[in-house]
Amino acid sequence: MTIIPGGLCSKIFLMEFEAVIGLEVHVQLKTRSKMFTRAAYRYGEPPNTLTNPTVLALPGTLPVMNAEAIRKSIKVGLMFGCKIAETCKWDRKNYFYPDSPKNYQISQYDQPLCLGGGVEIELPGPSRNIMGAHRVVQLTRIHLEEDVGKLTHFLNDSLVDYNRAGAPLIEIVSEPDMHSPDEVFAYLTTLRTCLIAAGISDCDMEKGQLRCDANISVRPHGETKLGTKVELKNLNSFSGVRNGTEFEIKRQIQCVQKGERIIQETRRWDAQLGLTQSMRSKEQAHDYRYFPDPDLMPVRTTPEQIEKLRAELPELPFDKQRRYLKDWELPYTITSVICPDRELSEYFEATVAVCGQPKAVANYIANDLLRELAAAAPSGESPLTVSQCKITAAALGGLVKIIEAGVISKQIAKDVFLEMFRTGDEAEAIVDRKGLRVQADTGELEKICAEIIAANPKPVEQYKAGKLTAINALKGQVMKQTKGQANPATVDEVLKKLLA
Amino acid sequence: MPEPLHSMTIAELGRRLAAKQASSEEVTRAFVERSRAVEPKVGAFLHRDEDDALAQARAADQRRAAGQTRGPLDGVPIGIKDVVAVKGQPLTCASKILKKFISPYDATVIERLRAAGAVLWGRLNMDEFAMGSSTENSAYQTTSNPWDLSRIPGGSSGGSAAAVAAGEAPAALGSDTGGSIRQPASLCGIVGLKPTYGVVSRYGLVAFASSLDQIGPMTRTTEDAALLLQSFAGHDPRDSTSLKQPVPDYTAALAAPPKPWTIGVPRDFFGAGLDAEVRASIESAIEFYKSRGCKIVDITLPHADLGLPVYYIIATAEASSNLARYDGVRYTHRSPETTDVLNMYFKSRAEGFGPEVKRRIILGTYVLSSGYYDAYYLRAQKVRTLIRRDFENAFQQVDAILTPTAPTAAFKRGEKSDDPLAMYLSDIYTISVNLAGLPGLSLPCGFTKSNLPIGLQLIGRPFAEADLLALGHLFETAHDYHSRRALL
Repeated sequence: MTIIPGGLCSKIFLMEFEAVIGLEVHVQLKTRSKMFTRAAYRYGEPPNTLTNPTVLALPGTLPVMNAEAIRKSIKVGLMFGCKIAETCKWDRKNYFYPDSPKNYQISQYDQPLCLGGGVEIELPGPSRNIMGAHRVVQLTRIHLEEDVGKLTHFLNDSLVDYNRAGAPLIEIVSEPDMHSPDEVFAYLTTLRTCLIAAGISDCDMEKGQLRCDANISVRPHGETKLGTKVELKNLNSFSGVRNGTEFEIKRQIQCVQKGERIIQETRRWDAQLGLTQSMRSKEQAHDYRYFPDPDLMPVRTTPEQIEKLRAELPELPFDKQRRYLKDWELPYTITSVICPDRELSEYFEATVAVCGQPKAVANYIANDLLRELAAAAPSGESPLTVSQCKITAAALGGLVKIIEAGVISKQIAKDVFLEMFRTGDEAEAIVDRKGLRVQADTGELEKICAEIIAANPKPVEQYKAGKLTAINALKGQVMKQTKGQANPATVDEVLKKLLA
Repeated sequence: MPEPLHSMTIAELGRRLAAKQASSEEVTRAFVERSRAVEPKVGAFLHRDEDDALAQARAADQRRAAGQTRGPLDGVPIGIKDVVAVKGQPLTCASKILKKFISPYDATVIERLRAAGAVLWGRLNMDEFAMGSSTENSAYQTTSNPWDLSRIPGGSSGGSAAAVAAGEAPAALGSDTGGSIRQPASLCGIVGLKPTYGVVSRYGLVAFASSLDQIGPMTRTTEDAALLLQSFAGHDPRDSTSLKQPVPDYTAALAAPPKPWTIGVPRDFFGAGLDAEVRASIESAIEFYKSRGCKIVDITLPHADLGLPVYYIIATAEASSNLARYDGVRYTHRSPETTDVLNMYFKSRAEGFGPEVKRRIILGTYVLSSGYYDAYYLRAQKVRTLIRRDFENAFQQVDAILTPTAPTAAFKRGEKSDDPLAMYLSDIYTISVNLAGLPGLSLPCGFTKSNLPIGLQLIGRPFAEADLLALGHLFETAHDYHSRRALL
């Protein structure tokens, strides 16, 4: 077994060597039907139920392009500043494998739908509450193709499920433009955030909606020529991508250190063993015999169509974050929670529109709302989303409004919020129902204060002797007596007056 | 003796049905009986379901009795080449690899034929996966030319042509990739029309070469070809290569008064391989058109002689990919003893495909291979463009182009089966029409001294099917070649 140097050792190596990483990310598009036929696509259905003669490649069947998939792919290209091809052309990639019903995959070879572009990423900052450096990872291309089926292997047999076969898939190919597992992680995170925000895909790696292969090489710092690359597969979780690339970089550096040659090959990340293993060398590489698919006509993309799609794009999360920081001076940590989540940021902005208090709303969402959403989810499952929350943006805005107006105390507001979360009622309705309104009648308050003063001679004595903090004990008693409904500032005023 | 039902055309049968002089069941039974009698000699059908055909016929009779008849094809049997999918029927493409395959779906043309009330009658023999010009490449049986049983019917739609010529069906569907409708039509003395690429849906037509394949009618007359094409032509959203072109009234075009056509004759393209008797028939056809006021113009198609090599690059490249799905995994033949997945592919395909299909898969795989693609496939596509331009230039000055359909009349069984190049040459006049995507019509224009049919090809501009049928009809009504019947 290979011993991989860790800790200090690896840091020294990493100082001498530079890793060069490019990613090939496959993303399943969220469309109702498959790429070239009307059969539906969903995750988790019984095997071979999402098929039809075309999916099964029965003799005589033909592909017909899913226009929604093209629109979604163009949106991805526009989001990342790619050049959109004037015509969308299809090629056949020929290879035999039982997960591919036609034994060719319809893909795009020499004319991808999107060319160039880049993805803005944020690297980890010096601490959690300080923004890290931003940079753009360059893209090579984005092309559209169809997914393959899923094989399950047994001792002597293999079973194939064609449900996934033909699902629309985009491949996002980056330039060899990343240099650390952190960059890779940040790149993948941004891709996911943007693709979810634009409604392109749900990007659930566990469901195979986002899949990632990494091309990794190392070279001495300062060297401009690329080293021999290894293609790393089976990176099927975000942590797998980080850990797998980290291991592979270290392995390659160690190889070079020992004077060994890096072999151009495909390796598989084994998350359980925590290492990469050779799958096949380049000599076994396929000749895919690409040629234009004669069953599909090239489709023209018009400037009007592209502009229409551009208008449908959401604000990118980093742009949103910059706006929140500049216009509303929100704390960085809160923006980094709210901005990547389109639903949450829309909820936030809708709430602000109601009450005009961005900071107060941001605090409510980042602290109270997200805590309760997490607590409300069944144990072990991911937090509920804002859309599953009973408090509407208007209702939360209403709550912030009455707090700011002094209608209820912040103390009382916490309980009102929980009640809203539980019932979905409006804040004011709860306040009225429970009689929680801050009492404006000082006559009543004066009477209570006088009673408390009479009943607590000791703090009264201390206060009068000059220990001013003793008033707090009296204040607490008054608040208790009024069940928190009194405005603490008013109580303070009345007590001071009576004790003067 | 009155003319038997099985000798009649669709139009004649339609008139009898409409006049209630015959029921569809009687008509269908006539073809079933004829088929029983002559099939041992002809061997046109791979599969006949008599009960199913008669049941369809009775349904047509019920419709007619209820006053819900669906038009000129309602209740008329139409034979189907075994390359077009019919739900519940075998779809073998005359290949062992699809021996057990029953189609679970209807091709678009079949849906439309059903909607027109046609009785779908049997599965007709062909060269395996439509690769061949004699129907000798069928994995199941040879089909004989009804005019001389020692001769081949042509191919690949040899079963369709022989069935119509032998009176086993009034008409049939064929498919044409390089001449597979027109050449057997010519050799069997019937009418065959390859429509413009994109006029007829390919959904449900088992692909040989996707950019060349078209389904078309094989009939006894141009009138029947018009009726049959009318029933299934037109845009299909399930085929991205089908065109959104309005479908004209083909039958009405036949009745229109003849126009002063200009007909181009590319004599330098006829070449040395053209049989003297065929040449003489073609020349007399040219004379006929001249006598009817048509202007005859000599034209050249400078790149037409490159059609054959270009075709065998493009068609085989597409075929090598199209036929990859027959792999032993799902519905095709799977070799009984295999050790692993690669071995399963090798053995299943080695056992399932015949020699000509293998030859073309190997050829197509080669021309698409890395390092050869530019020299072969890409180059062939460029020459294809030149061939298309030749036709475009010609159609600047002519309305139609007239050629022989095939260089010879029907040849003997086995005569060319060991010489693929000689076999390929029998499509020399038809192949470039597919490469250019144009419509081509073959109709009977004479007989050799030994009583073998000779065919005339008329090539038109894109979507000129109606013109070609009218021009063919002009010849047909002045001659009796189409009404002669093979003696069996």
